[in-house]
Amino acid sequence: MATDLAFEANRQPSPLLQWATRHRVALASLFLLLFPLVIPFKALAVMILIYGLYALGFNLLFGYLGLLSFGHSALFGAGAYLCGIAIVHFGWPWYLAIGLGLLAGMVVALVIGALAIRTRGIYFAMVTMALSQCVYYLFYQAVDLTGGENGLRGVNVKFITLFGFQVDFLNPLSRYYIICSFVIAALWVLSRILASPFGAVIEAVRENEARARASGYDVMLVRLLTFVLSGAFCGLAGALLALHLSTVPIETMHYETSGLAVMMCLLGGMGTFFGPFIGAAIFLLLENLVSVWTSHWQLFVGLAFMVCVLFFPRGIWGTVMEKMKA
Amino acid sequence: MITQQSTKDQSIIMRTEGVGKTFGRFVALKDISAEFRHGAITSIIGPNGAGKSTYFNLLSGAFEPSTGTILFEGRDVTGMAQHKFAHLGIAKSFQITNVFPLLTTHENIRVSLQALVSRFDIFRPRTRLSELDDEAEALLERVGLAGHRHRLAGSLAHGEQRALEVGMALASHPRLLLLDEPTAGMSPEETRTMMDLIVRLAQERTVILVEHKMKLVMGISDRLLVLHHGELLAEGTPDDIRRNDIVKRVYLGQREH
Repeated sequence: MATDLAFEANRQPSPLLQWATRHRVALASLFLLLFPLVIPFKALAVMILIYGLYALGFNLLFGYLGLLSFGHSALFGAGAYLCGIAIVHFGWPWYLAIGLGLLAGMVVALVIGALAIRTRGIYFAMVTMALSQCVYYLFYQAVDLTGGENGLRGVNVKFITLFGFQVDFLNPLSRYYIICSFVIAALWVLSRILASPFGAVIEAVRENEARARASGYDVMLVRLLTFVLSGAFCGLAGALLALHLSTVPIETMHYETSGLAVMMCLLGGMGTFFGPFIGAAIFLLLENLVSVWTSHWQLFVGLAFMVCVLFFPRGIWGTVMEKMKA
Repeated sequence: MITQQSTKDQSIIMRTEGVGKTFGRFVALKDISAEFRHGAITSIIGPNGAGKSTYFNLLSGAFEPSTGTILFEGRDVTGMAQHKFAHLGIAKSFQITNVFPLLTTHENIRVSLQALVSRFDIFRPRTRLSELDDEAEALLERVGLAGHRHRLAGSLAHGEQRALEVGMALASHPRLLLLDEPTAGMSPEETRTMMDLIVRLAQERTVILVEHKMKLVMGISDRLLVLHHGELLAEGTPDDIRRNDIVKRVYLGQREH
């Protein structure tokens, strides 16, 4: 990153970029609202929404705070399971179940974060991964609640009732827009966080921890709070996944899901507002399109990833942003 | 050598009582008792490996002393978390330049200013704190970087980065400013500018300075502490130090640069 400094010695963004940044939530929302008109597969579009949100939550920690976690599957999975358990075992209404999923993501993030934030770099990645595996086995063993290996089944929500209106959740398009409304709300909150005073602190800690500490910031607390905020977004994404799939596969919590977030983030552009979402979209589109004619789809996704790392080190969206700056 | 004074004494801003620091079995600093006068420039000097930086890190809260106590304005600050020092009124600059490289100079200062006002507000827009912008502008001018508002800190010249760091240290309105070799790696021209800046800043606050080059600080310091092999060798005015035979012997044969 340091080598690029000479090129952006003067970082006064162009008026177009300033305008786009100011209205980033509106622009992103517009994109999401029009998205199903472009994509013929509605179920895939919903998966992109959910994984996009998951990658956005991960990016808060990875791209903005600069901590690489390999344990985000635990936050995502906890959100999915708790939302599912609330519906299947406790018969909670859908909105409370989503709330519980979000909260579960935050609680798991608080526990993992409290234990992991004292480490840095590769150690942080390993500690978070180890702890997420602990959570994985906890859910794997609790067969009565989670269904163990078979996953949690029967998360059936047929109708969503809101202010007296009943919306058919089985209709793909209305399902898309219901989940989309949650994602748009999350985007708005995320944008607020990034634009808040705390958003500046997050970036300062990423840039230089020692200096941030000397300036009077409690770096450990900043990291923990960011981890928990990241957990809220990932937990929400997990809860939406449970509603969408009507089941929670145990793979949701597998560490491969953690790697997925890293990949989507790098593909789209870490540290950019909408990049992770673009990364998730491209990843899932590639997976779905290529797997139609070959079962070795991972080979092609891997190739695309390598091309990206080699030629667009800032990610696809990150490169677009860079071009707009000039 | 050290006059006994009450800790309540207004003329003493910081004092250390028998502080020492060991790393494993290595004794970096041994039983240092010293006082720093309010409003003065005190320089800590000594040859390489004398323990200057260790002492600096104890004073600025980066390390916790192995023995002894540190008092700031009569208050025991021994072992207090580093980030709290800024809120007490103690600011520091590092020996190795420490800025936020991918933020602009203005953002660097602004986020330092923000530490006193808002640390965990996650929801209101930061543009609301518009008074910070003007303050940051004033500080940039103060340290001679007024024209570089939009430049990334990482793209500044070495001397400019050091000046920026002093600006960030000033952001917490410190009553005590700690500078660790502020002219390290600077050209003679940059060194002169920095020395002028330090003298100007010292008119309003207490400055403690760690310096390897004795000649550089002789002219501007009110008091000097000489460290050698982790011990306090001498203390006094520049004239005292210049006449001190032990100091002469320690520095003898050492080429000053």
